[in-house]
Amino acid sequence: MDISLAVLLAGIAATAAPLILAALGETLSEKAGVINLSLDGTILLSAMTGFAIAAKYDSTLAGFTAAAGTGMLVALVLAIISIWLGQSQVAVGFALTFLCRDLAYFLGAPFARTPGPQLTASPIPMLADLPFFGPILFNHSLIVYTSFVAIPFLWWFMYHTPQGLILRCAGENPEGCWARGIRPRVVQTVYTLAGGALVGLAGAAFSLAVKPGWGQPQGCEGIGWIALALVIFGGWHPLRVAFGAYLFGFLQMLGIILQDSFPEIPAQIFQVAPFPLMIFTLVIIHLSRNVRSTTGSRLLALLSGTPPLALGRTHKQN
Amino acid sequence: MNFLPSSRLSSSLFQFLGITALATGAVCLLLFILDLSPINIAGAMAAGSFSSWLKFSQILSIWVPLLLCSCGLLFTFQAGLWNIGIEGQVVMGAIAATFLLRLPENVLPPTVTIIFSLTAACIGGGLWGIFAGVLKNRGGVNEIFGGLGLNFVAQGIILYLIFGPWKRDGIASMSGTDIFARDLWLTSPAGWRVAPAALVLAVLVFLLSWFLLNRTRFGLRIKAVGINARAAQLFHIKPERYGLMAILIGGAMAGLAGGIQVTGVYHRLIPAVSSGYGYLGLLVVMLANYKTLPVPLIAFFFAWLAAGSIQLPIMLQIDSSLSGVIQGACVLSALLVHGLRKKKGAR
Repeated sequence: MDISLAVLLAGIAATAAPLILAALGETLSEKAGVINLSLDGTILLSAMTGFAIAAKYDSTLAGFTAAAGTGMLVALVLAIISIWLGQSQVAVGFALTFLCRDLAYFLGAPFARTPGPQLTASPIPMLADLPFFGPILFNHSLIVYTSFVAIPFLWWFMYHTPQGLILRCAGENPEGCWARGIRPRVVQTVYTLAGGALVGLAGAAFSLAVKPGWGQPQGCEGIGWIALALVIFGGWHPLRVAFGAYLFGFLQMLGIILQDSFPEIPAQIFQVAPFPLMIFTLVIIHLSRNVRSTTGSRLLALLSGTPPLALGRTHKQN
Repeated sequence: MNFLPSSRLSSSLFQFLGITALATGAVCLLLFILDLSPINIAGAMAAGSFSSWLKFSQILSIWVPLLLCSCGLLFTFQAGLWNIGIEGQVVMGAIAATFLLRLPENVLPPTVTIIFSLTAACIGGGLWGIFAGVLKNRGGVNEIFGGLGLNFVAQGIILYLIFGPWKRDGIASMSGTDIFARDLWLTSPAGWRVAPAALVLAVLVFLLSWFLLNRTRFGLRIKAVGINARAAQLFHIKPERYGLMAILIGGAMAGLAGGIQVTGVYHRLIPAVSSGYGYLGLLVVMLANYKTLPVPLIAFFFAWLAAGSIQLPIMLQIDSSLSGVIQGACVLSALLVHGLRKKKGAR
C-alpha cells in the first residue's frame, strides 16, 4: 500500500510537470496584465519543434532550447500585435492558437511517428534512495526537477523582489507604473516573452518526456486550455496554480487507475472526464466567493484570488 | 476619424489588399522555405474543388455549418461576448436533433419529424449557450472559460451517449450511432454533396441575422451593450439581458448547424460532429472584422480551403493542415493590418 501510494504520487509529479510549466508561464504573463490565449497551440508547436530539433541533433538539450525559443517567438507576435498595436489580446491569442496548431501538424508531418531521443530519469544521488520521498521527489527527469524548482522560484520572484513588484504593478496599475518612470509596455513584453519560454518548455516536456514522440494527434491537445483555467482557479498565485496542476494530474492518474477497475466504461470517458471536473471545481470556487464568514468559505477564500486589474487592457502611453 | 463614404470604401479596399498581400506573402514564404510550389498547391486545391459540381457542392456542405456558426457569433461578438462555447452548442444541437430522430415508432410524418428535430437542435444549442451566459452573469465565470468548460462537458456527453445508451447494435465505436432511417435524412439529389434544404436554411439565417443586427432596434441595442455596457445601462438597456439574448440566438444558430450535420451530412451522431466549425467560425468573424456582409464570402473562402486541402495528401503528399495555416495567417494579418491602422489613426 505504501509503495503504491509512492508510485501514484511520483506519477502525478511526472505527469503534471508540463502542465505546471505552462500554467506558471501563463501566470507570469497574466500577472503582468497580458492574457496569452495561444497556450494550446504554442504547446503543440513547441512540442513539435522540440522533438524535431532533438531528433535532428540527437540532443534533448537542443530540443528544449528550440522549444523555449518557439514559445518566445509566438509570445513575441502576441506582444507586438496586442501590446504595441493595441489589438484585443484574446483575439490575437485565439488566432495564434489555431495557426500554431495547424503549423505544428503541417511542419511536423515528416516527423510523425519517427524515433527520437527521450529525456531519461536522472536520480539525484543519495536523495533518491530515501524511503518513500526518494521515488516521489528525487527520481525524475530534469524537466520534472525544473517544475519543482520553478514553483517556489516564481513565488519568491513575484512577491519578494523589486522586479516582481514592477511586474505586478504593470498588471495592476500600468498608469501608476508610467507615472513612476517605468514603461509598462516594456515590462509586459518582457514577461510575456518569459512566460512564452516556459510554455515552450512545457511543449518539449510532452514530446521529449511525458508523451514522447510526435504525431497527429500528439496527445497534449487540450492541456493548454486547462493551463489557462488553472491560472484563474489558482487566483493568479503561483503556489495555488501549482496546487491546481497537481490536482489535475491526480484526476488524470485516477482516470488511468479507474479505467482498469471499470473495463466496461469506454476509455475515452476517463480521458475526457478530468477536463469537465476541473472546470466544475473552478465554478464552485468562483461561486463560493460571494459567501462569507464560514470556515469552509474561508478555506475556499485561500484558494481564490482576484485578477490583475489591468488584465487584457493595453496601456495607452502618451 | 470621420471618413466620407468614398474614402471609407477605398480605405477598406486598401485594408483588404494589405491583408491579402501579407497573408499570401507569409504563406508563400513558408512554402518556398519548404521547397514547395504555391502555384502547384493552389492548382491542386482549385482542381480538387471547382472541377465538377459534385466537388463544388462539397464546399457548400462545409459552407452551410460554417455560415450558421459565423452568423450566431456575429450576435455574441456584437454584444461584446467571446462565445468560445460555440463548439459545445453545435454538439448539443446535434444531440438534441438525434434524440428526436431516434424516437422509436415515429407516428409523425418524416418531414415533420425532421422539422421538429431541427427545432430541437436550435433549442439544445440555445440552452447550452444560455448556460454559459448564466454562469457569467450569476457565477462570475468569464464566458471564455465557462464556454470552454462546457465544450469539454458536451464532448463528454456525446461520447457517453455514443458508447452508452445510443451505441450501435453489437459494438460501440468511434464511428458513431446507427444510421437513421432513410426517410429521416435531409436528402441531397444525385450528384450533390449538400442538401438543398440546408443551403436554403443557411441563406435564410444569414438574411435574418443581417436584418436583425442592422435594421432593428434590437440589433442596435445589442451593439450598444457591446460597445459600452455602462452607457447602455443609462438608456435602460440591461446589458446582462441583451448578452443572454445574443448568446441564446448564437447558440440556436450553432445548434441548427449541429442538427443539419446530423440529418443532412452524417445521417448519424458521430463524436466529431462539430468538426471544429465553431472555432473556425470565430476566425471567420474575426477576419470579417465583426461585420455582417463579408461573412458569407469569407466563410466560403474558408470552406474552399478546407474542402480543397482534403486532396493535398493524395495529390501532392502535403499535409491537409495547410488550410488551417492559411486561415490562421489571414486572421493574424487582418489583426496586424487593423492594428497598424489603429495606431496610425491614434497619432
